[in-house]
Amino acid sequence: MEHCENCKCKEKHDYALLAPVLEEYAKVPGSLITILQHAQEIYGYLPTDVLWHIAEETGIKPAKVLGVATFYTQFRFKPVGKYLILLCCGTACHVNGAKKIEETICEELGIKDGDTTDDGLFSLKVVACLGCCSLSPVMMINDETYGSLTPDKVKKILKELREKSEA
Amino acid sequence: MKIVVGQGSCGIAAGAGKIYDYFKENTSFAEISITGCIGMCYLEPIVDVIHDGIKRTYCKVSADILPEFSKALEEKDFENELLKKYELKDEDKAFLEKQTRIALRNCGIINPESIDDYIQAGGYKALTKVLEEMTPEQVIEVIKTSGLAGRGGAGFPTWFKWNAARQSQSEQKYLICNADEGDPGAFMDRAVIESDPHNLIEGMLIGAYAIGASEAVVYVRAEYPLAIVRLTNAIKQAEERGFLGNNIAGSGFSCKMRIKAGAGAFVCGEETALIESLEGQRGMPRLKPPFPAQKGYWQQPSNINNVETFANVAWILSNGGEAFAAMGTEDSKGTKVFALTGKIKRGGLVEIPMGKTLRDVIFDIGGGIRNNKEFKAVQMGGPSGGCIPTELLDTVIDYKKLSATGAIMGSGGMVVMDETTCMVDMARFFLDFTAKESCGKCIHCRIGTKRMLEILNRIVNGEGRDGDIELLEELCMTIKDGALCGLGQTAPNPVLTTIKYFRNEYEAHIYDKKCPAGHCASLITYQIDADKCRGCTLCARQCPVGAISGKVKEPHVIDTEKCIKCGKCRESCKFGAIHV
Ligand SMILES: Cc1cc2nc3c(=O)[nH]c(=O)nc-3n(C[C@H](O)[C@H](O)[C@H](O)COP(=O)(O)O)c2cc1C
Ligand code: FES
Repeated sequence: MEHCENCKCKEKHDYALLAPVLEEYAKVPGSLITILQHAQEIYGYLPTDVLWHIAEETGIKPAKVLGVATFYTQFRFKPVGKYLILLCCGTACHVNGAKKIEETICEELGIKDGDTTDDGLFSLKVVACLGCCSLSPVMMINDETYGSLTPDKVKKILKELREKSEA
Repeated sequence: MKIVVGQGSCGIAAGAGKIYDYFKENTSFAEISITGCIGMCYLEPIVDVIHDGIKRTYCKVSADILPEFSKALEEKDFENELLKKYELKDEDKAFLEKQTRIALRNCGIINPESIDDYIQAGGYKALTKVLEEMTPEQVIEVIKTSGLAGRGGAGFPTWFKWNAARQSQSEQKYLICNADEGDPGAFMDRAVIESDPHNLIEGMLIGAYAIGASEAVVYVRAEYPLAIVRLTNAIKQAEERGFLGNNIAGSGFSCKMRIKAGAGAFVCGEETALIESLEGQRGMPRLKPPFPAQKGYWQQPSNINNVETFANVAWILSNGGEAFAAMGTEDSKGTKVFALTGKIKRGGLVEIPMGKTLRDVIFDIGGGIRNNKEFKAVQMGGPSGGCIPTELLDTVIDYKKLSATGAIMGSGGMVVMDETTCMVDMARFFLDFTAKESCGKCIHCRIGTKRMLEILNRIVNGEGRDGDIELLEELCMTIKDGALCGLGQTAPNPVLTTIKYFRNEYEAHIYDKKCPAGHCASLITYQIDADKCRGCTLCARQCPVGAISGKVKEPHVIDTEKCIKCGKCRESCKFGAIHV
C-alpha cells in the first residue's frame, strides 16, 4: 500500500481513553455527535483512526461517521495549537469591525482561518457569534473571552500569551 | 452588606470574574454572591451592593480600583467620590425602568446557581399549581388566552402546537427546547439560561405536562459553555428537590430532562434539522408534513419551542392569560426581548411590550447612535431578516407590521447601523453566512446562495455590472420559491430589503464605482485634509507600505498608487484629518 506512506491511517491513538465514553454511549441510539464531542475533547481533534475505531465500536458505517463529523463546524481533523482563538465574525462584530481584527491576527501570527502557527502555539477559527455581542468585536481564547477589541489590544493579548508560554 | 457581582458571559468577558475573585478573597465585611445578566451589557462589569435594604449599582468597575472601592464599602462611605463616580447614572437607570420584564424578570436579580433564590422569587409555584389544580387542556386554554406566539422566529401560536402534540396519540412524546440561537447578533436565550435557568425548566415542565411528554431535551448551541454549566447545575438541583424526575411534587406526573450540546451548524436551529441532529445525524431538514407534533424525534409526537417562549410560560400560568394578552397589539401579545447591538450607545437586552415602535427601542431606550453619527438602518431577524431604514423607524413592533417591511420579528436580534455601514456589504455578509451554512440538500439554496454571493462580491469589489441588481432580484425570487426549508426561503431577505431601501448604494457601487459609506476598500481612496493635518507623522509611521510622506509639522500626503487601503492611518489620526 504505497499511497499509505504519508497517510495517517496507520496511526494509533490510545483508545483506552475513549473506552468509558463508548461504554456509556456506543449502544444508545442517536449518540454519535456526543461521542465525537467527547473524542475531540480527549484527543484535541478527531484523528482518522479514532473515527474508524468509533465506527467499529458503534456499528455505524465509517462513511456515516465521517459524514456527520464533517457536517458540523465544531469538529476538527487536525491538531490545534495550545491557544485556540475563536474569533467572532457575527453580525454585531462585523458591524463593529471584526474584519480588521481578523486581519490583525492573521498578520501577527502569519496564519489564516483554520490554520495553526508552525510553533503549535496558536490556532485561529472564525465563528459566528459568541453571544457577547454588546462587547463586539469579541474573541475567545481557550475558555477566556475578550471583548471590545481593537487591533492594538489584540496584539497585546497575543504578545502576553506568547510570553506566558515561553516563561 | 451583600455584594453581588454580575456573572453572565458578557460580564465575565468584561472582567467580572476577576472582580468576583477579588471580593471573595479579600472581603470579610460582606456576603459575596453572583447574579446573571441584567441586560445592561454596555456597563459591564456591574456590581450591586445591598446595604440596609438599599441597593446601589456600580458600573464598569475595573480591577485596579478594587482596593479603594472595597475600602469605601467597608467604611459604608457611600458618598465617597470614587463610589459616586461609578454609581449607576439616572440616564442608565431609565434603560431598565422603561422596560417591562417577564421573560427576563429574574435575570440579573437572583443567583442563577441557587434554586432557593428562584423559589424565593416565586419560582415553581406555577408548576405546582398546574400539577395540583389543572388539566392539560386547561393549561393549553390559558396559553391560548395569553396569545403567546413562538419567540424563535416564526411567531406561530404556542397553544396550537401544544394542542396538536396533545392530540397525537402515542405512548412516548417529547418536549424539545430550541436553544440553538443561531442568529449572530442575538443573545437573549443565552442570557435566560445563564441568568434564570429554573425559569426555563419550569416553563418546559408545564409544556411537557400540557402535551403529555415524559422526556424533555434542551438543544444548546455549542458556543455557550457557561449556559450549559448553569443549566446542568439547575437540572440537578430540580431533580434533588423533586421538581424533575418521577412523580413530580407528588402529582403522578413524571418527566426527565437532559441537555444536548449542538455542534455548530446554523441550520440545526430549524426544527426538523434539530431533530435530525438530536438523532445523531447530519442536521438536514425534513420535508413537512408530517409536522413534529405528529412525527418528530424518533418518529414520535414532539413539540419544539424556543427558550424565550418557555421563559414566559410560568409567568402566564401565575398571572393568567389575560394579563399577558393585555399587553401588545391586536396580533402580537405580551412582551418581546431584543438584543440591541451594533453602533448603539446603550447596547444590551431590552424587553418591552409589543406595540412599541423601533424608535422607542433604539432611541428612547438604547440612546441612539454612538459617536454622534447618523442612524442608517436596523437589521432584524438576522440572516432570515432584513434592514429597516430611517423612514420606517416608527414601525410598530408586531409580527405582521414588521413582516410588511420585508424584515421579520425574528428571534429578536437588532443590529443598529450608522452612516459608515455599507448596505451592500451587509447583504454580502449575510449571503456569505447563508452560503456557508446551507446544508446542501436542495439545489436552490446550495447553488443559488453561492451565485448571489459571487455577484455581491463582485459589486463590493468594484466589478459590478449593469443588470446585476435585476439578476439578484431574479435569483432571490427563485430561491424563495424553490428552497426546501426556512433557511433558503428567507436567505434572500437581507438582499431584497437592502435593494428595496438602499438601491442607490447598489447603483453607486456598480455605476459610479463608489461606496457611499466609505467602507468597501476597492472603491475608496484615502486622502489627507491639509487644513486639518498637523504633521504629527503618526500616520506615516503606522502605514505598513510607506505610502505617506511629509515633513514634521507640515501636512502629509498619501501616495494613492502605493496605498493598500488598510485604513490604519485613518484610525490613528487624532485630528480626523484623513477621509475617504
Ligand atoms: C434556518 C433556521 C434557523 C432557525 N434557528 C432557530 C434558532 O436558533 N432558535 C429558535 O428558537 N428557532 C429557530 N428557528 C425556528 C425553528 O424552526 C422553530 O420554528 C422554533 O424553534 C419553534 O419555537 P417557537 O414556536 O417557540 O418559536 C430557525 C428556523 C430556521 C428556518
Ligand atoms: S456577533 Fe460577535 S458575539 Fe455576537
